[in-house]
Amino acid sequence: MTRAVLEIRTSPHIVSGNSVVSIMFNVVLALIPVSVFAVYAFGFTALATLATALASCVATEHLLCRTASKDTTVGDWSAVITGLLYGLTLPPGLPLWMVAAGGFIAIAVGKYLFGGLGYNVFNPALVGRAILQATFPVPMTTWVDAFRPDRFTTIVSSSLTPPLSRPQPIADVVSGATPLSAWKFDEELARAGDLVMGYTSGSTGETCAVLILIGGAWLVARKMMNWRIPAAIFATVIAFSGVFWLIDSQTYPSPVFMLFSGGLMLGAVFMATDMVGSPMTGLGCVIYGAAIGALIVVIRLWGSMPEGVMYAILLGNALSPHIDAMLRPRVYGTRPESAPKADRGKEAT
Amino acid sequence: MSWFGTKTFSHGVHPPESKDATCGLPIRQFPFAPVLVVPLSQHLGKPALPVVAEGEEVIRGQRIGRPDGTMSVAMHAPVSGLIKKIGLTPSIQGKMVPGVYIEPFPASTQEVAEGSPCDVDSASPDEILAAIQEAGVVGLGGAAFPTHIKLRVPEGKHIDTVIVNGVECEPYLTTDHRVMLEQREDIFQGIRYILRATRAEQVIIGVEANKADAADGLRAIVPDDIPVRVEVVQVKYPQGAEKMLITALLGREVPSRGLPVDVHAMCINVATTAEIGRLLPHGRGIQERVITISGPAIGDKGNYRIPIGTPLRFILDTVGVSDALGRVFMGGPMMGPAASSLDIAIVKGTSGVVAFTTEETRKTSRQKEYPCIRCAYCVDACPLYLNPSQLGLLAKNHEYDRMAAEFNLMDCFECGSCSFVCPSHIPLVQQFRVAKAAVRKARAAR
Repeated sequence: MTRAVLEIRTSPHIVSGNSVVSIMFNVVLALIPVSVFAVYAFGFTALATLATALASCVATEHLLCRTASKDTTVGDWSAVITGLLYGLTLPPGLPLWMVAAGGFIAIAVGKYLFGGLGYNVFNPALVGRAILQATFPVPMTTWVDAFRPDRFTTIVSSSLTPPLSRPQPIADVVSGATPLSAWKFDEELARAGDLVMGYTSGSTGETCAVLILIGGAWLVARKMMNWRIPAAIFATVIAFSGVFWLIDSQTYPSPVFMLFSGGLMLGAVFMATDMVGSPMTGLGCVIYGAAIGALIVVIRLWGSMPEGVMYAILLGNALSPHIDAMLRPRVYGTRPESAPKADRGKEAT
Repeated sequence: MSWFGTKTFSHGVHPPESKDATCGLPIRQFPFAPVLVVPLSQHLGKPALPVVAEGEEVIRGQRIGRPDGTMSVAMHAPVSGLIKKIGLTPSIQGKMVPGVYIEPFPASTQEVAEGSPCDVDSASPDEILAAIQEAGVVGLGGAAFPTHIKLRVPEGKHIDTVIVNGVECEPYLTTDHRVMLEQREDIFQGIRYILRATRAEQVIIGVEANKADAADGLRAIVPDDIPVRVEVVQVKYPQGAEKMLITALLGREVPSRGLPVDVHAMCINVATTAEIGRLLPHGRGIQERVITISGPAIGDKGNYRIPIGTPLRFILDTVGVSDALGRVFMGGPMMGPAASSLDIAIVKGTSGVVAFTTEETRKTSRQKEYPCIRCAYCVDACPLYLNPSQLGLLAKNHEYDRMAAEFNLMDCFECGSCSFVCPSHIPLVQQFRVAKAAVRKARAAR
């Protein structure tokens, strides 16, 4: 006679195998080529920046969990993503103590103050970066040339500035203006090929568009990224900046330059697509992407800063819940005009 | 909704089909258990009233329960034997329900008693519906809704299309598949009764593409005298839900909280149709049904014609079961309720018995729950375009009224697609069941 301890659980009894851990881990995988290229382009300086950012974010996450007497959430890989992304957006020669402080802010303020994973309205990596940008505007816009011959033998001296002190304006930080600042302040345009392949200076991980796109394609293929968001950003940037370029190509940069310069690729592919901060419907994602794309162009063309991706995405994050609230899909079997209101009337009677 | 020439609805999920083990196995007759327990409440509505007493001898197919009012159906003896007692028996819903305990006669030939036949050409629609109620027919797809109520077209309404549901989108289950291969004549005979009872203009048999052999077989013998055709739909869960199938085949949307008749359609399970065609010409009642016995813990997997009232324990003993048996559920893995006891008996609505070993159950019971990361997998899965993520957040705060009033909670038919895809392993559909029950209770109290 069959005897068994039966487990009772409500259906469904099977699961798809999707998991938060695997999604996050795949994002980390997708970021590896970008990170490796960053080290290749900027040498030990980038390695130190990335390692410090990563360590700071992961340690902050772990310590905050311990402080709250909760199980550590480091294992879900989300702090690793934040750490990597945050590191990739920083200028390679940023003093490491600033890198560490920003990493703490990214996790503590950007993530845990809002309630942790799933509740972080704003992209934590960008929160950390935004606060650094406001606090240390000069170091945050001091750029190192890519492919310096001594990049694998020395670390840029500004990186090693003692904690709580500002870096000295030193000779070895060759002021490698980014293509965007070169355009904005010196009216000089970089070559498109250099931008796509990453032979320019800029933030640690924003320079190689090809590798960023490969990482994005990997995530899209695994259905772990909504392709509509980067697609909408690209399309809007091309269309919006294209109009002005056609009107006056002397004053305004070409759409190709706009697309491949600065943090646009990294931001559009890896940061605007953060599931927590982006809308849940297809149309919502298109609108969200278009809003970010438009903001990028506005800030770049008419703002006082050369780069606008960070603020555009943070503003997009703020819009996202409202987009979802306004664009609720029509529920099966309901008429568009009578859906929620008529329903509420029905409940009352 | 059409895609590569095959119809379907939008959204939905693709769970592994797991049908290969049994879809090629012909239906086999299952032996009689030493004691069969026929619950008097196997359907939605009022339980049948027993018309037999303890100690009485019954013949297989004899009526042992009469319908109690309109929303009820008759019950028939699954076996010739002696009524040991009429008492409480556990049910899959968890409640104890009244049931008739029958001990089979060992030496009986188990011949089935015949009743008064219902002739398809001369019977009136009302006579057909009465015969269906008397035959104890309920929806065999799992819902167990009394079929004579379902087929009754309300006053002032009309239907143009009857959809015979041969989709069987639940993983593991292959009963409808086998019935479509082996009882083709019964299906078409059943359609004749249904056409007469509903005065519909046409019948579409909807079959999922993974049962192409069944669709071809039916097409090969479509009779000339009835307006019926076979259509193949894409393989997708939950296409067997009547709303989804009506949308897939007719492009019509059943209104929220409405019925298929509101869009002039009706949907009936293919096995139910076959039973109507098999039973009514002989005036018999349902005393057995085809059930898929499958799952990794089962030894002799297959499709069996099993007497109603056969306890799960006898079934598992007969087919053999793994030592590491972890969970048994009735129906498919997406919607089937888990059995809390092996004394629960097979009822008319049982389309399958699937048993998992502890290895499979671990995959769902040992999952760590993460916060919702708004990945929108559930939003893209929900066939009704609900927002399970939002509903789940509200359910955590017990905001049940708001879920119903603003987010259409009561439309959810608990297909489980959201829980299936959720990477955070949030028990979404489980929370919605609790929420729906709370809302219903609150409304009833008002």
